[in-house]
Amino acid sequence: MATDITGGTKRAALIEKAGEEVQGRSLWQDAQRRLFANKMAVASMIVLGIITLMAVFADVISPHAYDEVYWDYIGVGPQWENNHWFGTDANGRDLFIRTLYGARVSLMVGIVTTLVALIIGVTYGSIAGYFGGRVDSLMMRVVDVLYSMPLMFFIIILVVVFGRHIVLVFIAIGCVEWLTMARIVRGQTLSVKRKEYIEAARASGVSTPNIIRRHIIPNVIGPVIVFVTLMVPVVILVESFLSFLGLGVQEPMTSWGVLISEGAAQMENAPHMLIFPAVFLAVTLFCFNFIGDGLRDALDPKDR
Amino acid sequence: MPPVENAELLRVQDLKVHFPIRTGGIVFGQYTPLKAVDGVSFSLKAGETLGIVGESGCGKSTLGRGILQLIKPTDGKVVFLGNEMTSMAGEQLRAQRQHMQIVFQDPLASLNPRMTVGDIIAEPLTVFFPKMSVAERKAKVKALMAKVGLLPQMINRYPHEFSGGQCQRIGIARAMIVDPKMVICDEPVSALDVSIQAQIVNLLMDLQQEFGLSLLFISHDLSVVRHVSHRVMVLYLGKVMEIASRDSIYAEPLHPYTQALISAVPIPDPDLEKNKQRIVLGGDLPSPMNPPSGCVFRTRCPRATDICAQVVPKLEEKAPGHQVACHHWGPPAQALV
Ligand SMILES: Nc1ncnc2c1ncn2[C@@H]1O[C@H](COP(=O)(O)OP(=O)(O)O)[C@@H](O)[C@H]1O
Ligand code: SF4
Ligand SMILES: [Mg+2]
Repeated sequence: MATDITGGTKRAALIEKAGEEVQGRSLWQDAQRRLFANKMAVASMIVLGIITLMAVFADVISPHAYDEVYWDYIGVGPQWENNHWFGTDANGRDLFIRTLYGARVSLMVGIVTTLVALIIGVTYGSIAGYFGGRVDSLMMRVVDVLYSMPLMFFIIILVVVFGRHIVLVFIAIGCVEWLTMARIVRGQTLSVKRKEYIEAARASGVSTPNIIRRHIIPNVIGPVIVFVTLMVPVVILVESFLSFLGLGVQEPMTSWGVLISEGAAQMENAPHMLIFPAVFLAVTLFCFNFIGDGLRDALDPKDR
Repeated sequence: MPPVENAELLRVQDLKVHFPIRTGGIVFGQYTPLKAVDGVSFSLKAGETLGIVGESGCGKSTLGRGILQLIKPTDGKVVFLGNEMTSMAGEQLRAQRQHMQIVFQDPLASLNPRMTVGDIIAEPLTVFFPKMSVAERKAKVKALMAKVGLLPQMINRYPHEFSGGQCQRIGIARAMIVDPKMVICDEPVSALDVSIQAQIVNLLMDLQQEFGLSLLFISHDLSVVRHVSHRVMVLYLGKVMEIASRDSIYAEPLHPYTQALISAVPIPDPDLEKNKQRIVLGGDLPSPMNPPSGCVFRTRCPRATDICAQVVPKLEEKAPGHQVACHHWGPPAQALV
C-alpha cells in the first residue's frame, strides 16, 4: 500500500495506533455518539424531557384540578398566594395545569401521528421507489387519489361513523401526512436505487428487504428527518384547528392549540392566557427542530 | 499467472441482453431492442483469467451483469459449476452468488457511504453465514483487510475517508470474503491513477494465485489485459470478434478490429512509436439499436467487401484455440509492432 496512503490514513493511524484493538461500530452507534456530542440537540432533548415529565406528573405538581372553576378568579394574571402560577382562564380554571394537560394532547398528537406517518410513509415510499415500474405507478396513483381527498371531508366522515374521539384526530392527520412522506421517500429511493452500491449488494446476494433496510433507508433518511421536524408543528397546529371547529378535543379537556386560540381572543385584557401556552408551544417546536437537525447531521458520516 | 486447471467453471452460450428502448411518440411509440450483448459464447476454466476488451459502449459491463444475472438475459445460457443460472430465481440464485462476485469500475460509488468499511466487507458473510459469531466475522474481516493492504484498525471508517485505490481494495475485500470461485472485474483500475493501477492489478493477481480464482477481467486498456490474461476476448457492438490465447492474439491478431486496437497501443520506445504502423478506424461506434447488416464492424473495416454487408460472419476456429468472426480474416498486412 506504499503510495496511496492519504491524509486520512495518516490521521487514522495517529488516532488509532497500529496494533491497538478497535471495536467494530455501525452507522447507528456512530450516529448516537455524534448526536450526543451536539450541544443544541442534547439541550433540546433535556427541555423536551422536562416538558414531558411535567405533563405526565401535572396532578402531582399542581394543587388544582384542570376542570375546577374558581368563581372568584376569572381571567386573573399569575399569583403566588393561591398557587395560580400562570393565572386562570376566562372560566376561572387554573392555567398552569391546563397548559400541562394541553401538553399531553399536543405532544401525543404531534409525536404519535408523526411516527405513524413516518413508518407508513417510509415503508410505502421505499417499496414503490425500489420496485419502480407498474408497482410504483399503481402505488403512487393510490397516493394521488387519497391526496385529492380534503382533510376536513375525511375527518367529518370519520366523526360521523365513529363518533367524536381524540384517537380519530391521530388517525385522520396520520392518514394525510404519510402521503407526503411517501412521495418524498419514493423520490429519494428512485435516485438511490440506481447507485452502484445497490447493485453491489444485489451481487453479494443481499435479499430485497435487507437492501431496502440496510442500503436504501439509511441513505434516504436525511431529507425525511428534516420533513419530520417540520411535520410535528404542522400536526400540532392542525389539531388546534380541528379543536377550534369542534372536531378535536372536547371541553373541559384542552390542547395547546385550543388554549392559544382562547388566549388570542382575550389578548387585550388577559395577555397571560396567550403568552404561557404560546411559549410552551414555541419552545417545543424549537426543540424538535434542533433535534431534527442534530439527527440529520449525526446520520451523515461526511459531516464531522 | 498461475497455471490453469482443466475443469470448466463457466460456460456462456449465445447470451443476449437486449434493452427495450421506447422510440417514437408516447401514443404511436414502440419498443426497439437495444442489442447491448448479442450472442456471446465462451467458456472459462477454473483458475483462468479471460480478458474482455472493446471500446466503451460495446457491451462489456452488460455482459458481466448478464452473467451474474443482475440483468436478466434476453436469451442464451449461463452455466456455472454445472448449474444453469438463467433458469434460476429467488433463493436458489442468491445461494449461487457466493461463488461469483464482482468488482466495480467506480470504487467509491460501489460502496455505501453510510456503512463502515467493516460492515461493507462483512455484508456477504452475514448473507451466506448468518450463524457466524460477531467476533469470528470481525476477525475474518480484519484478516482480509490486512491481506488486501488496508490497515485493520480502519474498520470503523467510512468510504469517503479513503482514496480511490483504497476504496478499490475495500471492494476487492468485499468480493473475496466469501471465497468465491470467480470474480468479474469490471474495469477495476480505469478510474484510478496510473501509479495505483499496477498495485491493484498485482493485488488481484496475487489473490487469484492464492485462492485459485477465475477472473473475467474487463478493460479497454489492452496493456493491462495483456498483463493479467491467459486468454483474451474482443467484443464489438455486443458481438465477439475474436477469442484466443493472450500470446497468439497479441502476436498474431487475425481480425481487422483486433489489429486496429493493438496498433493503437502506444509503445514506450519513442523511436518505435514514431515509425509504427497505425490502423486508424474512421467513424464512430454505430448505434446498438440499429446495427449494420451482415458484419457489425463493416462500416469501419478497412477490408470490408460486399459479402460483409450480406452475410454475418460466424465465430470459427481458424487456428488451434484461436476463434475469429471475419470473412477476410488473416494476419495484418504489415507487422504491428
Ligand atoms: N440499463 C440500460 N438500459 C438501456 N441501455 C443500456 C443499459 N445499460 C447499458 N445500456 C446500453 O448498452 C450498451 C452497452 O453498454 P455497456 O455494457 O455499459 O458498455 P461498456 O461497459 O462496454 O462500456 C450501451 O449502448 C449502453 O447505452
Ligand atoms: S467480415 Fe468483413 S467487415 Fe467484418 S471484419 Fe471481416 S472483413 Fe471486416
Ligand atoms: Mg462499462
